Amino acid sequence: MFKKTAIAALTAAALLPLSQAQAAEYVIDSDNQHAFIQFKISHLGYSYILGTFDDFTGQFTYDPQNLEAASVKINVDVTSLDTSHAERDKHILSGDFLEAQEYPEASFVSTGFEPTGEGQGKLTGDLTLHGVTQPITMQVEHIGGGEDPWGGYRQGFEGSTTLELADYDIDMSKFPPVMHELELYVVFEGVRQ
Amino acid sequence: MWRDSSRGWGLASIMIHWISALAIIGLFALGWWMTGLSYYDSWYQLAPWWHKSVGMLLLGLSILRVVWRLVQPTPTALGSRLERLAAHAGHGLLYLVIFTVLISGYLISTAEGQGIVVFDLFVIPALISKLPDQATLAGEIHWYAAWALMILALGHALAAFKHHLYDGNDTLRRMINPRFTRRSS
Repeated sequence: MFKKTAIAALTAAALLPLSQAQAAEYVIDSDNQHAFIQFKISHLGYSYILGTFDDFTGQFTYDPQNLEAASVKINVDVTSLDTSHAERDKHILSGDFLEAQEYPEASFVSTGFEPTGEGQGKLTGDLTLHGVTQPITMQVEHIGGGEDPWGGYRQGFEGSTTLELADYDIDMSKFPPVMHELELYVVFEGVRQ
Repeated sequence: MWRDSSRGWGLASIMIHWISALAIIGLFALGWWMTGLSYYDSWYQLAPWWHKSVGMLLLGLSILRVVWRLVQPTPTALGSRLERLAAHAGHGLLYLVIFTVLISGYLISTAEGQGIVVFDLFVIPALISKLPDQATLAGEIHWYAAWALMILALGHALAAFKHHLYDGNDTLRRMINPRFTRRSS
């Protein structure tokens, strides 16, 4: 009896570091678009412009037993910007703002995660936009996870942050101060590999 | 009077030609001016509204023009064999570039699936949208094709003056006066 328990305990102890080292890899479900990157920016201080980046890919590692080791990487096709108005999209992508022909890709690579509560935390990382890389902090939340109806296993998260556009060399000086920053909201599901 | 003949252009073709010429030059000037407007200019919304409305009407007129040209007899080209060959090539190129400018312009505004409002009267629906980077690429094509069209149109006008002043033939007069359709050469 004692011997059995001891072996089980030893085996568990031996496997523990292994399980920690093998945090599950997830790929963001871009194919079925269970993933959104949205932004919200003031229009003249009167209302908001809402937009999305439709095309992006990414992956993350997630281990509920070792949250500090969580990491995520996302690559965004900047030209997929959509604010439901073609001429405005063309203008935002032009040299006046995002210069998408020069900088067609934006990316986020996490550098750390700090849990702040049940299913919540602060994700830090490097955001590259308009050719400029800046460290940012995102408030993130674990929404849910588990088996999906099609034989896969998923985890879903959301996060948001506010960007000062001048930090990315995007000149908003011609516009009212309320338009100088934008809110970024990201929500996605990842499928375990 | 209205119809073309092998001797000259009818009034319909003449009117289409000069209305198109006016619209094309006007749209080029308007387009160049409006793309330089600042966000706070009072014409920032209105100028594109005019540009798109006139442009879509010109697209309709140009389709009509090609149909008319195909169902009507074509006046015999004047000048030497080489001149006639160059004229046919030049005119073919003009049609091609006109449609390139018009269609690329249409593809800018319809890139996100929105239609184009023509003078608040009716909407031309979007047929092709969401191509990768559609608005920007169509915009580039629109800009360069518009310049190509201006250069071709200048060459077209210079050739007409050359026929009128230097060769002394009826090429230019035929595009002004529909009576040539009836007169025997």
